Amino acid sequence: MKRNLMHVALAALVLTALASPGIAQGDGDVHILHVRGPIYMLVGAGGNITVSVGPDGVLMVDTGLANMTDKVLAAVRQLQRELATNGLTDLHWGSETRSAVRTILDTNAPVKPIRYIINTHVHTDHIGGNEKIAKSGKTLTGGNVAGQLADAADGAAIIAQQAVLDRMSAKPAANQPAIPFDALPTDTYHADMKLSHFFNGEGIQILHEPAAHTDGDSLVYFRGSDVISTGDIFVTTSYPLIDLQRGGSINGEIDALNRILDLSIAEFRSEGGTMVIPGHGRLGDSADVAYYRDMVTVIRDRILDMMKRDMTLDQVKAAKPTLDYDPRYGSTTGFWTTDMFIEAVYRSLSQRK
Amino acid sequence: MNQVHRAKMASGVFVLAATLAGVPAALAQTDFSGEWAPRFYEDQPERVPGPELGDYLGLPINAAGRMRADTWSASLLTLPEWQCRPHSADYIWRGPSNLTITKEIDPVTREITAFHAEWLRSVDRPVYLDARAHPPDYANHTWAGFTTAKWEGDMLTTNVTHLKEGYIRRNGVPRSDLATLTEHWIRHGDFLTVVTIVNDPVYLTEPFVRSTDYELDLHQHVPPYPCDTVEEVDRPKGVVPHVLPGKNTGINEFPIRHGLPPEAARGGAETMYPEYQLKMKKSGAAK
Repeated sequence: MKRNLMHVALAALVLTALASPGIAQGDGDVHILHVRGPIYMLVGAGGNITVSVGPDGVLMVDTGLANMTDKVLAAVRQLQRELATNGLTDLHWGSETRSAVRTILDTNAPVKPIRYIINTHVHTDHIGGNEKIAKSGKTLTGGNVAGQLADAADGAAIIAQQAVLDRMSAKPAANQPAIPFDALPTDTYHADMKLSHFFNGEGIQILHEPAAHTDGDSLVYFRGSDVISTGDIFVTTSYPLIDLQRGGSINGEIDALNRILDLSIAEFRSEGGTMVIPGHGRLGDSADVAYYRDMVTVIRDRILDMMKRDMTLDQVKAAKPTLDYDPRYGSTTGFWTTDMFIEAVYRSLSQRK
Repeated sequence: MNQVHRAKMASGVFVLAATLAGVPAALAQTDFSGEWAPRFYEDQPERVPGPELGDYLGLPINAAGRMRADTWSASLLTLPEWQCRPHSADYIWRGPSNLTITKEIDPVTREITAFHAEWLRSVDRPVYLDARAHPPDYANHTWAGFTTAKWEGDMLTTNVTHLKEGYIRRNGVPRSDLATLTEHWIRHGDFLTVVTIVNDPVYLTEPFVRSTDYELDLHQHVPPYPCDTVEEVDRPKGVVPHVLPGKNTGINEFPIRHGLPPEAARGGAETMYPEYQLKMKKSGAAK
């Protein structure tokens, strides 16, 4: 009973806090960071957003908070326009004069549409912009599909693991509004999946982590750019949020971090190479994930050792098993405190027993 | 007329050149480029053989930093993720590696726009002098960090941000990725002295200051140093070596071996200052 109450309280806190603009990082604006090739990171809209912009259109990993959608769309349009403009003014040797003349006459080519949205998990700081952003996009279709489904081309496709759709379409908690139909995933998968064709010059894999931050987590791996978008499995701003009520677990979290490391190859001396876009915080690489994996594993081991010695949750908290990492990742206030993290690890390991 | 004009111009150029030659201070740009060999005048036992476990003397660490070090296991370095990790920009000056510094020169102004420092087992570390801005805080961090610098007379003062997590002593004492570094590069003839000042809001209670010396070595060539990851230890997947809190008996050996009071070995800002020796003497703890 007590455990269930804790879950409800945690879920309410997470939903309330993640839905609030207070956790949007920075100055209230959305900032663009180029990562590699067609991949960009948008920061400041709640959860980080990964964007692939190129000749095939736009693919977004997560959509941020609902109240940041206009700024997110403005940032995406800026990237779309720059692509269109750069495409027209790309001067080549021997053709400078002709290109310069043409540039004066040309207007910008129409921008390519947002075609895909991938949700890494169900929290509202990552799916809040789904409805509006999807509506601004377009699905390219034809043949039987276009003929039989009148709205098949309306809006971008929203891809997520099945558990995300199940939770988004479930009956809402008391005093919580239902999630609009148009914000729901249009395409779901159960095990890992991949886009059936290259997008902006590369293959894209969507890898399910079954019980990490939640039970519906997806890693999105851009194989050509060698960039992994992790959702909240990896963040640089806090301890990992283990959402027990939504199927998260500490051991699944560690497994997911190790999977990111399995996919990653450093460029030189343990840095660079595969770049990792976290759910919150700064851009990283495999070394940053390894430090984070080490931290989470060490804390899990300490709490497990205390549980083997029959220490109660209160005794575990009093022993301060996270003391050495608290100045970096801990918090005594806000939506995810150190105490809440310790309790989640403790209860997750209790469930395992 | 033309000859007269040319003569006036030539004399003007001569005067200008003479004036510039006579006022080097304002435009001074000390040349740090060259091959530099480390000199172990300071802290040789810590730097070459390596520090002992539990030796936190003189480090302004807080309780969190002390716990990270107490629970650190050297076996961590056998993990594939860490086998090729180089020292970070703040620590690598203290390593036993030779150093090569090269320079970039603007072809128009002929000013030095950047130095590049590279040690035997490091990454290239650019030091920008062209007044460029530092990246935003959401950009990635590296072992070298992002360095800008300015001249203060003949001394070069750097500002380093965007560091990956590192260490301030090679026995597990951490330095966080939120730390920043200030350096003073000072050249006296064939000797290079670098003063490093680490500010770490996570693990340090005060700035941590060190100086390190190098000597010009014209015969030096820093060879390549590739690194391949191998399976060093056959262990179950996912194991991260560490020592549980309170279980590391190895950290007790250092003060015993050197006849130090145990509390001195635990470090903290107080142990950085000479007055701490007086305190130890007064307490009768030191041998």
